[in-house]
Amino acid sequence: MSKLIYMDNAATTFVDKRVFDAMTPYLTDRCFNPSSIYDGAQDVHADLDNARDTIAKTIGATSKEIFFTSCGTESDNWAIKGIAHANAEKGKHLITSKIEHHAVLHSMDALKKEGYDITFLDVDENGLVDIKKLEEAIRPDTILVSIMFANNEIGTIEPIKEIGEICHKHNVYFHVDAVQAYAHIPINVKDLNIDLLSVSGHKFNAMKGTGFLYIKKGTKIINYMDGGAQEFKKRAGTENVAGIIGMAKATEIAHNEMNKRIEEETKIRDYIIDRILKEIPYSKLNGDRVKRLPNNINIGFEFVEGESLLLSLNDIGVCASSGSACTSGSLDPSHVLLAIGLPHEKAHGSLRLTISHETSMDDAKYVCDNLPPIVERLRSMSPLYEDFIKNKK
Amino acid sequence: MAYSEKVKDHYKNPRNVGEIENASGVGTVGNAKCGDIMRMYLDIDDNTHIIKDCKFKTFGCGAAVATSSMATELVKGKTIEEAMKVTNKAVMEALDGLPPIKVHCSLLAEQAIHAALWDYAEKHNIKIEGLEKPVNDIEELEEDEEL
Repeated sequence: MSKLIYMDNAATTFVDKRVFDAMTPYLTDRCFNPSSIYDGAQDVHADLDNARDTIAKTIGATSKEIFFTSCGTESDNWAIKGIAHANAEKGKHLITSKIEHHAVLHSMDALKKEGYDITFLDVDENGLVDIKKLEEAIRPDTILVSIMFANNEIGTIEPIKEIGEICHKHNVYFHVDAVQAYAHIPINVKDLNIDLLSVSGHKFNAMKGTGFLYIKKGTKIINYMDGGAQEFKKRAGTENVAGIIGMAKATEIAHNEMNKRIEEETKIRDYIIDRILKEIPYSKLNGDRVKRLPNNINIGFEFVEGESLLLSLNDIGVCASSGSACTSGSLDPSHVLLAIGLPHEKAHGSLRLTISHETSMDDAKYVCDNLPPIVERLRSMSPLYEDFIKNKK
Repeated sequence: MAYSEKVKDHYKNPRNVGEIENASGVGTVGNAKCGDIMRMYLDIDDNTHIIKDCKFKTFGCGAAVATSSMATELVKGKTIEEAMKVTNKAVMEALDGLPPIKVHCSLLAEQAIHAALWDYAEKHNIKIEGLEKPVNDIEELEEDEEL
């Protein structure tokens, strides 16, 4: 098979050639420990500072508010557990939503076992958090609200500005998991009243094993790793220098090209959504039609199971993802699709296509041309479809 | 999780997909909650008890399709007694194994055959040695949920 169409960019992205080139010197000629004293090492230290500065500027922060981590999951763990443990005297109540990433949900579960009280907010049929219910959930002992910027499965963009205002008003820390949104849509932590922001490098063409946590100056949070003086003594461990340099390069490129990328991706996204919904009966868009990431398409096909769909797409060279149980290693379908009210059989039949700035209109056409016969074939062998047709008659 | 070449072959080119009109026995097992539903149709010779034809329809993952397909291959041409020996293990072996998380698919395939045989036995008022009433029928489960 020669043709490969990659539409799983929410899972990971390819490292940009320019990013790769920016990184390589730090793996070879400039492979110094930035904590060392000689010139070469101090130069690398300066480059790290510049990278931190570049990243800080993209979200309206100062460089001292950027803490490099190993991934989005680490950032989420640190933000949630770090705030909980540092502020337990004020209270032990945290608020989040039911559609967060497992890095957030399972961190909350871990705190629950320690005796913290967690409110898991419902979302509406499009995956939106109800800001009124969120405000009602805030109590005197609430110490943190953690809501994702945009959902990784259905692409819904949450009302972050409104939530930020509520948290600010009630003097509660606000953490945002921006793993899917950062470097894809504009984010300004000051405008949005965000206290902590989690980011992962490999979602925007940097390498895996990179990420950062923005922590607003003055935030009371425990240190995540004890050891050396790295990351302002809050997160020890020799820096992933090449990874960080690459992440700064990737974010620079993404922000320089952001408007163009948003425009192009939105055009292709809408083309795919419109064609699929029009050409395949009993299909439905999951997530909000408008408040949606430019790169996310998530469509449910009734009477069809997701893994079968993915295997068929794999056969024609399309890499995609699904909310089906079978792709997750458990028997339960996606918690996100269940939270937006889909019954199990429909949650099993979802397809997630996440495009990138490198997705062409030809790629989109190829997928749209090839999808209807695949769905039709799987339906022809589905007992659910057979029953549906018989009952219709 | 990796599928064997045989599993891949069977989900890409499943054998015996479809329905049998006026089938001697039909059985449906599984439920939408776990994501797999299998329906087996049997055409059985009333005198010789030979399974002349077997077809299936499956809503489910690649392993669910492959185990259904293999199960139909294994029971076709066999007598009812012989078909009773087509266990989930036999289906798995014939497919060169399944990833651990997919073993339940082979169990469903075995149960689907049993459910179709049960339907046949009930219609003809006969008893099949070793066959128990299928419990994993989706319609029964749905009734249970309504209770």
